[in-house]
Amino acid sequence: MRKTCFQSIYDLAGKDSRIVFIGSDITKAGLSQFEHDFPERFFLEGIYEGNIIGMAAGLALCGKIPYINTIATFATRRCFEQIVIDCAMQKLPVRIIGSGGGTVYAPLGSTHLAFDDIAILRAIPDMTIIAPSDAQEMKKLIPQTPDWPGPVYIRLAKGGDQVISKPDESFVIGKAIEKKSGSEVALAATGITTAIALEAAEALEKSNISASVSHYHTVKPFDKSHFLKQIEHSEIVITIEEHTICGGLGSIAAEIIAEASFVKPKKFVRIGFPDVFPDHFGNQTNIMERYGISAKGIESTVLNLINKG
Amino acid sequence: MTYSNSHTKLDSRSIELRFKLLKIIEQCRRGHIGSSLSLLEIIRVMYDDIIRFDSSSPDWPDRDRFILSKGHGCLSLYMLLAEKGFFPESELYKVCQYDALLGGHPEYGSTPGIEASTGALGHGLPIGVGMALAAKIDRKDYRVFVLTGDGECQEGTIWEAAMCASKHKLSNLTVIIDYNHMQAFGPIDEVQSLEPFADKWRSFGFAVEECNGHDIIILKKILSDKSIRAEKPRVIICHTIKGMGLPSIQENPDWHHKSKVTDDELKILFRELEALK
Repeated sequence: MRKTCFQSIYDLAGKDSRIVFIGSDITKAGLSQFEHDFPERFFLEGIYEGNIIGMAAGLALCGKIPYINTIATFATRRCFEQIVIDCAMQKLPVRIIGSGGGTVYAPLGSTHLAFDDIAILRAIPDMTIIAPSDAQEMKKLIPQTPDWPGPVYIRLAKGGDQVISKPDESFVIGKAIEKKSGSEVALAATGITTAIALEAAEALEKSNISASVSHYHTVKPFDKSHFLKQIEHSEIVITIEEHTICGGLGSIAAEIIAEASFVKPKKFVRIGFPDVFPDHFGNQTNIMERYGISAKGIESTVLNLINKG
Repeated sequence: MTYSNSHTKLDSRSIELRFKLLKIIEQCRRGHIGSSLSLLEIIRVMYDDIIRFDSSSPDWPDRDRFILSKGHGCLSLYMLLAEKGFFPESELYKVCQYDALLGGHPEYGSTPGIEASTGALGHGLPIGVGMALAAKIDRKDYRVFVLTGDGECQEGTIWEAAMCASKHKLSNLTVIIDYNHMQAFGPIDEVQSLEPFADKWRSFGFAVEECNGHDIIILKKILSDKSIRAEKPRVIICHTIKGMGLPSIQENPDWHHKSKVTDDELKILFRELEALK
């Protein structure tokens, strides 16, 4: 996903002289061509994320479109004020690409986990937050970003992630994608958890439980009308995210459901990290499975809700 | 370095600008008055004599950029922008009202002439670095000036941006520091000293100059000097007096920010100003 992202930005830079790349002490892998062909628009900067966001805002105030890449949690937790004031308040086209979204850096511990990045940024007016499911989506996303209004945060997954999107599938910022239709259960996912939701839906079909899956790659602005349509006839609604259940996709869904005043209440569960700092290392899958962010976790959650009647 | 600037005699333009400032305060009854007075001569010289702008076309791409990073000193900036035609003078007397154009800190986008939204400290210099880099990319000759506070230089992003400016040899970037030696809590040297201040900037790769920030002639001379400084960014440490010209608020931390200026206080301030004439 990262490689595709950088290649797509390079392709854009060749056509659009406004494109600038800024990295904060990242590996140059996948960037050497950009540096070689557009050296005056390529900045490999030090470990000062706050300065980089401000610097990007300054470039944007002079007509540039900066794409920044650094580790997701450093780009979001540390730079919150710069993203709010320098980028969002001034409505500037700064694009922040967060490496290691979610628990990609599981072995490195909680200091490196971006399990709260979406919640942090979601509070910011005029912010756009996108978590593609795979490299194919990333390829379709990047060309849409230069003229998208305001700042954009793009959450990168681990790399080499399973490709679940179809080549001819439409990908439009702000528009959710129905990956599978279904009637009884609605599974709403974002980022790489869409692949997990699809796996769970297939397993549920074997138990004669019909589950829909929709992919909410754009968490903000959220495709509310798609979500309401998806859940309209489903008794059970589950959100799945590689993120804390406080403030992310699950919270958005809860807010919409609470305000929708359904005649028959939904059975609703948010699958994600509970309100804790993950207390193990291992790998991304280990940490996600520990908190039920897995096909099995989704399946057992659904079966429990059905059995409870 | 200690500068003796208390003897500086304000000229008639500086006194008139102070009268206007008090008339604005008379309407809005609040503001960072001391800070607006310490940087008034700097901003006056910038807009009278130094920066290139066209108020009828505030977004003119070749204009010089001036960022008031210590956004709380905005009343003086507003006065100069109005005087130069960026917006009507009448707006000055509505500052902070519900439907006013001008708020307690400058906001980019809504106010013509404001280059960046500032107020939270430590933001203006990183933004200025980006603007100076953009000028280099586009091979434009506009200059970027960032006016920071002294207390603001306690923020880490100032030094992050200083490292970055030096690395990129941003000779088109000038940092101006309003070194009034006071912050909200009291004297800088008691709260968190910046000294050796000039040496710090030198060690970060800047060409450093110091001056009396109320001396119009010196300010004009230093700020209009465009000679190349070995591809270094530049810092001008302006030694100033918080509340300059009004003895009752001068260097008085109680006047860092006032949310209710009374009739009696205003009377005293007008009287003190009258005495300067």
